[in-house]
Amino acid sequence: MLMKCQEIDSVVSTVSPDSDTVLFANRVDKTYPNGTHALDDVRLRIQRGEFVSLLGPSGCGKSTLLRMFAGLEMPSAGHLRWWNEPRMPDYRQGRSMAMVFQEATLMPWADVASNVRLPLDLCKAGVEEREARVAQALELVGLSKSHKSYPRELSGGMQMRVSIARALAMQPNLLLMDEPFGALDEFTRNKLDADLRALWANRDLTVVFVTHSIYEAVFLSSKVVVMGASPGRVIGEVDIEGPAVRDENFRVSPEFLHYCQVLSDLLTRANVEHD
Amino acid sequence: MMRKELLKDPRVVRIVAPFLVGIVLVGSWQIVCVAFKVPVYLVPTPLNILQTLIANFGSLFAALLVTLKITLLAFLCAVVLGVAMAFLLVQGRIIEVSLFPYAILLQVTPVVAIAPLIIIWVKSPTPALVVCATLVALFPIISNTVLGLRSVNPGLLNLFKLNRATRWQTLVRLRIPSALPYFFGGLRISCGLALIGAVVAEFVAGTGGSGAGLAYQILQAGFQLNIPLMFAALLLIATTGVALFSCMAWLTHLSLRHWHESEMG
Ligand SMILES: Nc1ncnc2c1ncn2[C@@H]1O[C@H](COP(=O)(O)OP(=O)(O)OP(=O)(O)O)[C@@H](O)[C@H]1O
Ligand SMILES: [Mg+2]
Repeated sequence: MLMKCQEIDSVVSTVSPDSDTVLFANRVDKTYPNGTHALDDVRLRIQRGEFVSLLGPSGCGKSTLLRMFAGLEMPSAGHLRWWNEPRMPDYRQGRSMAMVFQEATLMPWADVASNVRLPLDLCKAGVEEREARVAQALELVGLSKSHKSYPRELSGGMQMRVSIARALAMQPNLLLMDEPFGALDEFTRNKLDADLRALWANRDLTVVFVTHSIYEAVFLSSKVVVMGASPGRVIGEVDIEGPAVRDENFRVSPEFLHYCQVLSDLLTRANVEHD
Repeated sequence: MMRKELLKDPRVVRIVAPFLVGIVLVGSWQIVCVAFKVPVYLVPTPLNILQTLIANFGSLFAALLVTLKITLLAFLCAVVLGVAMAFLLVQGRIIEVSLFPYAILLQVTPVVAIAPLIIIWVKSPTPALVVCATLVALFPIISNTVLGLRSVNPGLLNLFKLNRATRWQTLVRLRIPSALPYFFGGLRISCGLALIGAVVAEFVAGTGGSGAGLAYQILQAGFQLNIPLMFAALLLIATTGVALFSCMAWLTHLSLRHWHESEMG
């Protein structure tokens, strides 16, 4: 009994939530009904205004963790906090959340504008406000001209941008993204990365971003959480102290390569230990 | 040059190709009948049939209207009941497993076998016939709509959950649109079945008089060995079936043309 208390004490002292904490995972475990141990003792604190990437090999539980943050999955043990509350708060100013899935996940029967408007329709925002926000979100992803198109008339990259616009229309304070650019070519991906980074810098926005790509993680993040597989767990956290405004030059800077090296080492070491 | 381009248009081809096949078939039918001097009481020529159709158009058309009325009423009932039952069935696994076997029972029971019962139970002829035809047309609507309401993209379902959509919002904005292609598939099968059900029920009921449908015309023509008249009535039934199907196909096209794969190209 005494030992248990001490143990929890030590955890709280290392990463304790404060008033700026947006997401907090304390000793989170996830075992799926079929017995897969997807996450083991995950502790994570994400502060307001951070851009956090979850980086790790396939099957290490990145999506599982993100889906838990989204409230789509329950932890088997441990607990989660959203803005220091035990349940995800209802939609309100300063505490809204949106998620971008790995696939575009658009409604094929609705045109682009209706797809982007969906979250606003569901939470019954003011009608005029909806139109304004949809237009603004489409402008941000550069798809204003396509608002009357149907999803099947768009390329994969455009569909993904619609999906991002749908999340942005909520004007979220917390944005969860599950490998949103995984299926795109490198050129488009780099461009969207830069856009996302600029967007994040200009607003009160916390991003949790899942990726396989070390380069993408370093380019985007203020912090990278490195994860290992079987069972999925957090291996380490690396703060990226790059320039505030990042452009293509950052991608070839010694700093950038240094961080890539650090992350790559961490990942390799985790896998060697595992073998 | 012009003609070649016209033939490349898929819409033109879709009308012209079956039409040509029809002309060839009917033409060879006429030629074979005339060449081999097939007697009219065995196989009438297309010209015979056309003449009979025109000569008896008044009575045939009146009979057609009766059959059509029963078909449409039954189809309407099947759609309303089928959709209502589908919504009921998808409310929960327990409801589905306890009720679905009875829906199947409905499907596998031959209408000819239960039509006499229904005709005895339901005294007035028109409702009795409508009930029989509805029974035939009901199942495809139920099974297709249930399948559709269940075939929702899980990613979209997550999106709705994430945005705290109510059950009602999820139904109206997600489940119903997802179910539409399946529902329309059900309509196409069901409209033909409603017609078949109506004709079969008329056969079993065998009611004559002023309110008699096309089946009665065929029965009468059979007794009188008036084969061309039988063919003329048959032609009307077949044409009605094709027309009903085309209506449904057109309705499907109107609702799905923007987004569903089945209506592309
Ligand atoms: N619904 C589920 N039921 C059972 N096991 C699951 C389920 N979802 C995921 N898993 C298992 O949990 C583990 C983690 O899966 P998860 O999808 O979180 O991995 P990931 O890190 O996102 O991988 P990837 O990078 O390939 O997307 C995997 O071993 C997977 O097989
Ligand atoms: Mg994943």
